[in-house]
Amino acid sequence: MSSQSNVMPESTLRSHGIAAVAIPAARLMYWSVRRELWENRAIYVAPVAVACVFLFGFSISILHVLVEMHAAPWLDVMQQRELFGQPYEFAEDLIMGTALLVGLFYSVDALYGERRDRSILFWKSAPVSDLITVLSKAAIPIVVLPFLAFAITVLTQWMMLVISSAVLLGSGQNVAILWSRVGIFHRWPMLLFHFLCIHGLWQSPIYAWLLLVSSWARRVPILWAALPPLTIGIVEKVAFNTTYFGSLIGNRFTGGSEGIEVMERGRAMDPMMLFAPLHFLISPGLWIGLAVTAVFLAAAVRLRRDRGPI
Amino acid sequence: MACIEARGLRKQFGTTMALDGIDLRVEEGRILGLIGPNGAGKTTALNAILGLLPYQGELQVLGRDPWTQRDQLMRDVSFIADVAVLPRWIKVWQVLDYVAGVHPRFDRAKAESFLSKTAIGPTRKVRDLSKGMVAQLHLALVMAIDARLLVLDEPTLGLDILYRKQFYDSLLNDYFDRSRTIVVTTHQVEEIQHVVTDLMFINRGRVVLSCSMEEIESRFLEVMVHPDHLDAARALKPMHERQVLGASILMFDGVDWQQVAELGDPRNPGIADLFVAVIQAQGAAR
Repeated sequence: MSSQSNVMPESTLRSHGIAAVAIPAARLMYWSVRRELWENRAIYVAPVAVACVFLFGFSISILHVLVEMHAAPWLDVMQQRELFGQPYEFAEDLIMGTALLVGLFYSVDALYGERRDRSILFWKSAPVSDLITVLSKAAIPIVVLPFLAFAITVLTQWMMLVISSAVLLGSGQNVAILWSRVGIFHRWPMLLFHFLCIHGLWQSPIYAWLLLVSSWARRVPILWAALPPLTIGIVEKVAFNTTYFGSLIGNRFTGGSEGIEVMERGRAMDPMMLFAPLHFLISPGLWIGLAVTAVFLAAAVRLRRDRGPI
Repeated sequence: MACIEARGLRKQFGTTMALDGIDLRVEEGRILGLIGPNGAGKTTALNAILGLLPYQGELQVLGRDPWTQRDQLMRDVSFIADVAVLPRWIKVWQVLDYVAGVHPRFDRAKAESFLSKTAIGPTRKVRDLSKGMVAQLHLALVMAIDARLLVLDEPTLGLDILYRKQFYDSLLNDYFDRSRTIVVTTHQVEEIQHVVTDLMFINRGRVVLSCSMEEIESRFLEVMVHPDHLDAARALKPMHERQVLGASILMFDGVDWQQVAELGDPRNPGIADLFVAVIQAQGAAR
C-alpha cells in the first residue's frame, strides 16, 4: 500500500502531462488537408475557372439552342435527350478532366516540393507523423478533388439550366421540354458515385504511384513517374508484341469496363444502373487497385521519414 | 532523467563518418552550445536528436527514440533548423492557425503578442517578408510553444547584427527558464558566449571538448607573455601559442592562476580562441 501511494503522485503527474498533449488524429488530418488547400489553390481554382469559362461559352451557345428549340417538337424523345443532354455531359467531362489533371500534377509535386524548398524541416517540426502527412496528401486527389469536382459540376449544371431557362422564358418559349429532357437531377447521385469511385478509388493507384515517386525523386519527379511505366510498356511490346500493361494503365485512367458501364448506364438512366454500383464495388479490379495504393502509400510514408531537404 | 542522452552515436554517409561515436548528456535546464568547423557533424548530430536521420548507437531524447517516435517527440521539442524553412507561400495567419491546430502546447495569444511588437502583419506572406522578419516569425512560433527542449541550428545565419542581438535577447528574457533546455549551434561563436551554460566542441564527428562554462573559466587561462618569460611559460606546457601584434599569447589548460600571473596578465580566453586552440591542438596530436 505504502509503495503504491508513493508512486501514485508522480505517475499521475506524468501521465497527465502526456495525456493532455495528445491531439486526435482526425484533427491533425483536418489541419494537414487545410494546409494543402492553402498551398495548392489550383485544387479548387482550376475546376472553378474551367467551369466559369465553360458557362461563358454555354451562354453564347444558348442562341443556337433557341434555334434548335423550334425544331425540337418534331424530334423523338431520344433525339431530344441527346440535344439537351449533350452540353451537360460535356460539362461533366470537362470538369472531370480538369480534376484529373489537377490531381496528377498535385500528386507528383506533393512530397517533392516540400523537400525542394526545405519547408519539410518546418513540417517535420510539428507533431504530425509521416503517416498522417502522406495520408492527407493522398486524400486530396482521392477524396477532396472528387467531392469538389462533383459539387462544381452540380453547380455548373444548375447554372446552365437557370441560364437556358431564363433565355427561353425571355423569348417567350416553354421550358417544360428542357426540364423534362435534360434529366440531370436523376444523374446527380450516379455522378457522385462516379466521382467518388472512379476518380477516387479506381484511379487511386495512379495518385499513390505519383506520391511515391514524389517522395523518392531527387529531381524531375514527373519524368521518374512516367519513365518506368513507359519502359515496361515498350519492352512488353517489343518482346511479346502485346500491350497488356499499357491497357492496364489506360484502364485505370478511364475507369475500366466497370467504370464506363456505371457512367453510361447512369447517363442513359438504364433501369440496370441500380445494380451497377454493387457490381463495381465487388469487382476484383477495384480491390486489387486499392491494395496497390496501400503498398505505394506505405512506401511513401517510409521514404518521407528517410528523406530530408534536397 | 537527462534531456538528451547519447552513447556511441554514429552516422556514416557513404565513406564519410559524420558522427564517429559521440557521447552526450544534456541535463534539463542547460543551454548547450555545440561548436565545430564546417562538416564537423553538428547538423548531423542535431538531425539525429530531432528524428530526422537514422543513426547507430544509443540515443534518447526526453526518454524517447527520436527516429521511431518523431511525431510524439515534437510535442515537447521545438526546433529552428535554419532561417529559411518556413514555407514561402504561407501567410502569417495561416501558419498561426496551423500550429495552433496541430500543436498541443502552442499558445496563440503569446505568438500574436510577440508579433504585435514587430512589423509583421497577419496577412503578410512569408515570401514578402525580409529574412530578419522570417526569423522573427519563426521565433514567435517557437517561443509560444511550451516545449521542454529547443534545438537551434544556425538560427541567425545571414541575419544582420541587430536581429541577431534581438534574437538571443528575446530567447533569454522571454523564453528561457530553468526548466527548459536549449541546444544551439552557430558559427557566430561570440554571440553565444554569454548565453550558453555548457559548451561542446566537435570536430570530424568526435567530441573534442565538453564542459560547463564554469569549468571553462576555471580550467583555461590565456596570458600575453613578455618575451623574457617565454621560455618559462613554455615550460608550463601551453596547449596553444599564437602571435598577436608581435606579442605571444599562450593558452593553458589547468594551470594555477598564480603560476601564470608572474608571466603576464592572465585572463579567461574567448570561446572562439579556445575553439581554435583546441582544434589545432587536436590536429597537432594526430
